[in-house]
Amino acid sequence: MPGKLKAKIVAGRHLPVMDRASDLTDAFVEVKFGNTTFKTDVFPKSLNPQWNSEWFKFEVDDEDLQDEPLQITVLDHDTYSANDAIGKVYIDIDPLLSSEAATVISGWFPIYDTIHGIRGEINVLVKVDLFNDLNRFRQSSCGVRFFCTTSIPLCYRAVVVHGFVEELVVNEDPEYQWIDRIRTPRASNEARQRLISLMSGELQRKIGLKVLEMGGNAVVGYLQCFDLEGESGLVVRAIGTACTLEKLSGGGATNNAQHTANSSPSKDMKEPVFGDECPSNPLSSGPSTPLRAPPFTSFSPSKSYSRQSSSSDTDISLTPKTVLFPARLCLYLSPSSPALSSVAPPISCQTSRPPGSGMAPRSTTPPPSHVAQSEVSMLRKSVSFSEDMLLAASGMGSGGSAGKEAGPLKILLRQQTQTALEQREFPFFTLTSFPQGFLLHVAGVVSARSVKLLDRIHNPDEPETRDAWWEELRQEIKSHARALGCHAVVGYSESTSICEEVCILSASGTAAVLNCRFLQDGCLDVLSEHRCDDSAPPGCGFCHVPYDELNMPFPAQLSPCCCCHRTKVPDVLFTTIDLPTDAQVTGKGCLIQARLCRLKKKSQGEGNATCISNLLPFLEYELHTQLLNKLKLCGMNALFGLCIQISVGENMLVGLASATGVYLSALPSPGGIQIAGKTPNDLTYDQHVSSIQRKINDTIVKNRELYEIHITEVAEDVIGSPIPEPRQRSRLFRSHSESSDELSELDLSHGKKDAFVLEIDDTDAVEDLHSLLTDAPTPPGFYSCNTEIMPGIYNWTSAIQMFTSVRVFRLNNANLTNLGLNKIFNELCENLLKSLYFKLRSMVPCCLCRLNFTVAVPEDELIQVAVTAVAMSFHKDQTQEANKAAQAHSQMKAIAETEEQLQFPLELNAESASPLSPKGSGPQDGSNSHGRAPSVDYSSFADRCSSWIEQLRLRAHTIRRGSIKTSSSPLPEGRSRSLRSTRSFPGSSVSVVKMTPLSFIPGAKIVKYLGIINMFFIRETTSLREEGGVSGFLHAFIAEVFAMVRAHVAALGGNAVVSYSMKECVFMENPNKNQAQCLINVSGDAVIFTRESDQEGHLPQTSHPQPTEDTPP
Amino acid sequence: MSVELDVFVGNTTIMDEEVYQLWLDGYTVDDAVAVRMEGGALQVFEASMEVLHSDTMDQFRTFQMCERLLYYPSKLTNQLLFQIPPQKQAMLIERYYEFDSTFAREVLGKKLSKGTKKDLDDISTKTGITLKSCRRQFDNFKRVFKVVEELKGPLVENVQHHFLLSDALARDYAAIVFFANSRFETGKRKLQYLSFQDFAFCAGQLISNWTVGAVDNMMEDMDVDLEKDFLHNLKELKILINDKDMLDQHRNLVCAQLRGKITVFGEMEANFKNLSRALVNIAAKLTHTKDVRDLFIDLVEKFVEPCRSDRWAIGDVRLFLTHYTSTAHSLDSFRYQQIWERYMGVIKSCILKMYHD
Repeated sequence: MPGKLKAKIVAGRHLPVMDRASDLTDAFVEVKFGNTTFKTDVFPKSLNPQWNSEWFKFEVDDEDLQDEPLQITVLDHDTYSANDAIGKVYIDIDPLLSSEAATVISGWFPIYDTIHGIRGEINVLVKVDLFNDLNRFRQSSCGVRFFCTTSIPLCYRAVVVHGFVEELVVNEDPEYQWIDRIRTPRASNEARQRLISLMSGELQRKIGLKVLEMGGNAVVGYLQCFDLEGESGLVVRAIGTACTLEKLSGGGATNNAQHTANSSPSKDMKEPVFGDECPSNPLSSGPSTPLRAPPFTSFSPSKSYSRQSSSSDTDISLTPKTVLFPARLCLYLSPSSPALSSVAPPISCQTSRPPGSGMAPRSTTPPPSHVAQSEVSMLRKSVSFSEDMLLAASGMGSGGSAGKEAGPLKILLRQQTQTALEQREFPFFTLTSFPQGFLLHVAGVVSARSVKLLDRIHNPDEPETRDAWWEELRQEIKSHARALGCHAVVGYSESTSICEEVCILSASGTAAVLNCRFLQDGCLDVLSEHRCDDSAPPGCGFCHVPYDELNMPFPAQLSPCCCCHRTKVPDVLFTTIDLPTDAQVTGKGCLIQARLCRLKKKSQGEGNATCISNLLPFLEYELHTQLLNKLKLCGMNALFGLCIQISVGENMLVGLASATGVYLSALPSPGGIQIAGKTPNDLTYDQHVSSIQRKINDTIVKNRELYEIHITEVAEDVIGSPIPEPRQRSRLFRSHSESSDELSELDLSHGKKDAFVLEIDDTDAVEDLHSLLTDAPTPPGFYSCNTEIMPGIYNWTSAIQMFTSVRVFRLNNANLTNLGLNKIFNELCENLLKSLYFKLRSMVPCCLCRLNFTVAVPEDELIQVAVTAVAMSFHKDQTQEANKAAQAHSQMKAIAETEEQLQFPLELNAESASPLSPKGSGPQDGSNSHGRAPSVDYSSFADRCSSWIEQLRLRAHTIRRGSIKTSSSPLPEGRSRSLRSTRSFPGSSVSVVKMTPLSFIPGAKIVKYLGIINMFFIRETTSLREEGGVSGFLHAFIAEVFAMVRAHVAALGGNAVVSYSMKECVFMENPNKNQAQCLINVSGDAVIFTRESDQEGHLPQTSHPQPTEDTPP
Repeated sequence: MSVELDVFVGNTTIMDEEVYQLWLDGYTVDDAVAVRMEGGALQVFEASMEVLHSDTMDQFRTFQMCERLLYYPSKLTNQLLFQIPPQKQAMLIERYYEFDSTFAREVLGKKLSKGTKKDLDDISTKTGITLKSCRRQFDNFKRVFKVVEELKGPLVENVQHHFLLSDALARDYAAIVFFANSRFETGKRKLQYLSFQDFAFCAGQLISNWTVGAVDNMMEDMDVDLEKDFLHNLKELKILINDKDMLDQHRNLVCAQLRGKITVFGEMEANFKNLSRALVNIAAKLTHTKDVRDLFIDLVEKFVEPCRSDRWAIGDVRLFLTHYTSTAHSLDSFRYQQIWERYMGVIKSCILKMYHD
């Protein structure tokens, strides 16, 4: 009996009225853990009961402590009939089980009812006394820490990174059990919430056991997901990276200085360098990566393709296997966390050289990846790996965590570096940013998808099919990574999309070469071996290709690294990880999205699955092309944080790829985009083509300006942005038969390989063009990215605003074409972004970080887009150049606004002066006297800002309408106008909790991680109209979820949630029945932070910023 | 093709003060969008109308959700649902309780009951304030009245404490509560020229001078009702008009003081007895609730109007009242100096406030 849980119910407040007669409530509380229940006394006739109960004690196994939530139910006592439930609070005990996390849970929790939402609050105290359990066969894993953060948490250092852990548990979904027909929606929702809470507890416990087995003490980058498979059950699965963490003695020694200061090249130069040892001699026949010949050669490009098609012929048929962007390689870098590098690495003598000698990149589009042409064969069929697959499989050791013996371990000749990873079943890492020196090279995105038909999970204790599905995908990912000459996958994630009985499983990550030093102790010899090379600067090392140029797994364009000129880099790099902090980046980044909808025939079962798997490769290919085009349009050459979502609906597939584009200094400058018409000699057509071309060229130039990508070209005409004169270009593209000297001349100046040609005769290209040109630029003062940090912006203020926005779009038009559908989807996303910019306009200059889009097709004609992100203001000074326009604008506004208060009363000449002045929270006490001061001359403002004048007119109009606000009337003697500012506001008892999807809080130091927040809520209504329709319903629910997250964090003693994400937001409605239901799953890490400077301790001013503050002196 | 659902929820609740005002003023979403467009909101980031509509919808929804918390502002400060910075909370509360004085003028002194609520349609048409806004304002009056009515202690502080309002606004509410409680007649045609601020001022005078709380600051004071003893004692002032000698003496004293100082000396001298009778009779009648209600109409009919018809300037009125009050002290046999001061102090300031066109 290794644990004692103690709970005390203190008080309630704001309870709902449960007795109509007295307008009061007779409330009491049931406290339940496992099968034990305690009750408080009834506190009669009060909406603010004070129970002040005794300590309720539960003596329980620590296994239960991990699995079970503490369940608190508030009820209204009723003498004659059954007691009515007011609502519930589930409290996850897990944070109390680790000595380093929270010690007590104490605070006000919203009382939540799945039908009515939040109904009052309850004050609860919870403690745990834990006894040490030395049982070797224990089933619990208390003390293993979980972090959602996908990097090493800020106040820790990683001693060892053990690797991938995964687990899944399945159960029947209570919503689909027979009993659901006879129970109330409330009972069913609660059963579901409780079950999921139990399952995630169990899942964490099981993962914790694996971590302990591996010798770790924490899981970083913990990603837990639910698959609501409907009839066939409920799957809760999680992946993560097991680590051994050590608390830094300084307590939060690493702070976001990392994020703020580190990327200045000068600093980089001095930092220890890892990295470049391998590709130093790219022409040598043996790959210089740690990955040696045998595995590599077996993955020659042609073979790898054939393998894929053959494998789909034979077995895992529905899986379109793609090495996602075979033509682009992605390399990655190592972030700086000096504390972690124990071995003194060679110092780089590299100075930053202007990139420039690169060749203009060539942009071949990858061939549409092999379509799975095979018939549908469901995966219950035995899986026979193709030859290469076997090879790959044989590389898997059994020594890994997750336990399954992967067949005979054929001892191959291997590099020692490999062994550490090879021993693992899956050398995957869910981390997206890494300790310094961890990441050596990045090769590119690897992804795999498969389409499955769901069927009932017969034995929940042995969820073999689900396990097998994922295993299969992971194997595929692994082999793709190998094909890229990499032995590891970083930034790894998994997701599903379910529609009826069809399920798309997706896995993706970034193939990479890692420094094994962190993976295991005792690899030092290997290190030394590699150290003999002089290494590349940290800013570019990760970009260097890990594979051999002669044996490239796919056609790609390599060129010498623009930073060190010694090794080869790809022309474009796509990755799923965050931008390494020490990467050398030119200018700023921006959010790049590719959006695509494809119609699909409605069908059932296997036919449906086939149909989907046939469509998938095209979808991916087109998304990729779109991404590439947009990247070039932005004048950039690399994507980070790439996330491709494909959602399946009954009659369409929706694809949304988001990433952050940047210009990596190491990579060659991206080529332009050239438009070619297929119909020659048509004059108007030519004009059309050239006008589009001009537009595109202008956009590229504009974007470079906007993102501050100033490339110092060595020889502009050879390398630079190779955008030829329109006339020349049209010749180039339409006249392949023309004289060769012309061609060669063009070759010289532009290198025809680089020409990224869009032929606008073809409908796809029209679409591409359309989407290229309709993307509105972000308004002045705004930046956006989906990664943690934005290169080029360092001085954040403390003003952050996390938000969630959801839109559902109904397509009423039954016969839409792909083109029309695409346009709608594109507009939906664009409008959503525009709305966000408008909403957050008061935070300018600001950057929307971690913009996370999720798309779903909840019903036939509905598309749902949910966005969660954080808007962070930054100080303008650094961005002056880019922002001149915006600045001027806001300055003007500032003037207008300050003047406004003076101006108004005058203009109106009303005796009750300044009816408007209270609008500003500014100095309104003075407004009367100002108002009467005749020294303000209206005409002097006339030319300032026309919009302001219009506003003025409007306000004047409002006033004429006769509503003179009483509070601003001049008051006679003795009635001094007391100001809001001077009035003491009854100190709000609610502490502020910040939320952010990022792993850090600007201007603050995270001093303690209190535990993981992982909450699942269901809300249902049968009075949709009364609650304000679907929008009102969801708005209230999301606000409630935020409130509950904040309350839990505050109760743990925290003041922020970092790495917050909304994993799931499933919304279903039935307006005819006036019903709706929504499920939301959120997670994050509760932390305590302290301000670095108290100056900025106030909450972000959300609506009317003081513009004067923003303007630099 | 339509947007079926569109929500935006921030961890810190985003509220635009301009939009809040439009909401308070009872605009529909469409009207509010039109107003914002006219106000130049579109120029910000080239926002489209859709964007503006979505933003407006969203904020209106937020305000609606906040509204039930605003009924009892202390709830807003310790609720968990919306994270709102304190300054913003104060702004929300203050604005919510602000009212149009034209509206307040209409319901001033009326019983805050369902019956009156039914008349809101008419008031809305008359004042041009949207019905929705009228309802909010009326409900605010009623709510504040209900809470404060039975409370002990100073009225203004009670309002401030329970509704977290600014001093100025709390005073206005005190006036409204006071009027509603005593049901002063304000609706007569002759009183139409008086604004809400006129009455609010008078209410302030009455509250601070004539209520129980005005004399001693004991905690069990009730600010809402006029002090019974005082009203009863006012009867004693009748001596000023009933005693012929005293009345003459009083007139002589006043005339002596005012000679040459006011332009309407002749009229004053001729009318002195009437005016004095009027003022003292008003005082003597205040024991009856019915007559208390008529205080303002009496003042207007019996004093303001006669003076106005004789074209007294406001300065003349002020001088007259000052000396009329002060000379009473010189009357030998007049023993009610204190009551007289207390009565005339209020009457004087009220009349001066009410003496305009």
